Amino acid sequence: MPETATAPAPVPTTDPRVVRAIDLAWREAELLDRKDYETWIGLFTDDGRYVIPIDPDTDDFAGTLNLVYDDARMRRMRVTRMTEGYAIAAVDAARTVRTVSRFVPESVTDDEVVLRSAQVLIASKRGRHDIWAADLVHHIRLSPSGDRIVLKVIRLVDSEEAVPAAGFLL
Amino acid sequence: MSHYTTPADLAAADRVAGRLYTDPAIFENEISRIFERTWVWVAHESELPGPGTFKSAHVGRQPVIVTRDRKGMLHTLLNRCRHRGASLCEKPRGQANGFTCPYHAWSYGLDGKLRGIPYPDGYEGVIEKGELSLKKLRTESYGGMVFATFSDGIESLDEFLGDAKLWIDRFMQQGGGYPIKVLGKHRFKFRGNWKIQLENTTDGYHFPIVHRSWMASVDAETADMMSFMTDPSAITHALGNGHSVMQMVPGHSDLDADDGTEPLQGRFDDLIKDLSKTLDPAQVRKVVRAMHGTGFNLNLFPNVSMSAAFFRVLRPVSVDETEIEHIAIGPDGPPELDAVNRERLRIHEHFQGPFGFGTPDDAEGWDRVQRGAQCAPDMPILVNRGLAREKASPEGWPTSHVTDETGMRAAYAQWKELMRDA
Repeated sequence: MPETATAPAPVPTTDPRVVRAIDLAWREAELLDRKDYETWIGLFTDDGRYVIPIDPDTDDFAGTLNLVYDDARMRRMRVTRMTEGYAIAAVDAARTVRTVSRFVPESVTDDEVVLRSAQVLIASKRGRHDIWAADLVHHIRLSPSGDRIVLKVIRLVDSEEAVPAAGFLL
Repeated sequence: MSHYTTPADLAAADRVAGRLYTDPAIFENEISRIFERTWVWVAHESELPGPGTFKSAHVGRQPVIVTRDRKGMLHTLLNRCRHRGASLCEKPRGQANGFTCPYHAWSYGLDGKLRGIPYPDGYEGVIEKGELSLKKLRTESYGGMVFATFSDGIESLDEFLGDAKLWIDRFMQQGGGYPIKVLGKHRFKFRGNWKIQLENTTDGYHFPIVHRSWMASVDAETADMMSFMTDPSAITHALGNGHSVMQMVPGHSDLDADDGTEPLQGRFDDLIKDLSKTLDPAQVRKVVRAMHGTGFNLNLFPNVSMSAAFFRVLRPVSVDETEIEHIAIGPDGPPELDAVNRERLRIHEHFQGPFGFGTPDDAEGWDRVQRGAQCAPDMPILVNRGLAREKASPEGWPTSHVTDETGMRAAYAQWKELMRDA
């Protein structure tokens, strides 16, 4: 199509700014698998959002029902819930292993990288394995004082279907 | 191998056998005797807003399409072509002129009538089109709640709901004078029997234990509103036919009864300021005071609860698997109310759904019941809490404290009634 003919050449994943973004996404994935939520929450900017939408087509997260729509306040409460020991789903949570890959830089500037990727997560609990597959988008703000997540959107392939209730985070 | 005896042996007034959660033979009987016989909730009318709109649902295990035809009539149609059985519609909702089978293109109207067959000459002298409409279930609605039944012989929906109708009317008051509409839905599943969830919506006893983490995360006003454990005015009524109502916040049971003395929650101050630019103060007060919904859970046997600010719909999948929908609702009014509904969505997300602060803990509790019930299948599950303090209310409803198991006893009495000849 003519649009692609005139589109700028894609930024390679070897671009140093993209490398920094991928590094952060991978670090984040491991923190979540290890349930190190206190460190994980520090990866977000104060104005950062963490979203698991239901409607696969919407970007109007505020105007629609989501599985998760966390600003800093909700994220703080969520981490407290996951770690304080009262939430029986979190206390007995599934063990998870996730792979994040198929990175595609959507836009790259010296200040911010928008990175698309795929996530396949296996959750194991009481002899059962659940598969959670999702497209991810990370908006990562680059800064000399440390790169941070401004927006993470997890679009589950089955967001409109019935999924198990989860004691972990995606 | 099932050791199924009779329902009378399995469900007493104060206890039920654990096998009610685990025996596949009982489950099969429940599907035919309960879900394929009594009134089962399939939709809220706002999900079918105009001619040609439809939604997919289930009655028991059977997939159905609920439609609104050109004349505005509601229909519940089995989602199965009359030719070779293919499903006609795999969309959760939408708008259509009718349904065409993808296999051989038999086409049906919104009312289920067979309209067209390709290459019809092969059927000359073989079939009558008029006899091959989609199987249609009896469909009736009350207060916007749409129910369907396979049975032509049972009572009307009106009779079936009986005294629950008053509570449906009260529930809908949370629209603040506007109709209620569906805003979105959470869907999740758990590894347990459907009756574990049926019980839960009338289980005040579990709330401060299972939902301690949610209670710790909400503002003091909301936590206080839900501190019904020691409030003697918080009571549960059995309403007949298995229905019950659990009043956690009795002061919000009749939202239209408002003497104006209750302060609105401080967390909504900015919203109130915005709404007050165009709406009159009484209107603003109504919608904001109803932000957390009504003060009760109305449990309608067997598959829907009108629960504070949302609908909970259960669907039995197998003896040990159940799907749940938590349907968010809000007032259907002028555009200013979008801000109210956004607030309601955030409140819904905070507790409900597979990543909420409440639902995952409920689901963990229910999974554990199913696992524990594998032990000693004839050892009873106790539903006797509050039996000694249960009394008839002035209306004649068996009534006890909100933490008591009056609602469960009511549901199991109806279960027994419907399963009697099983």
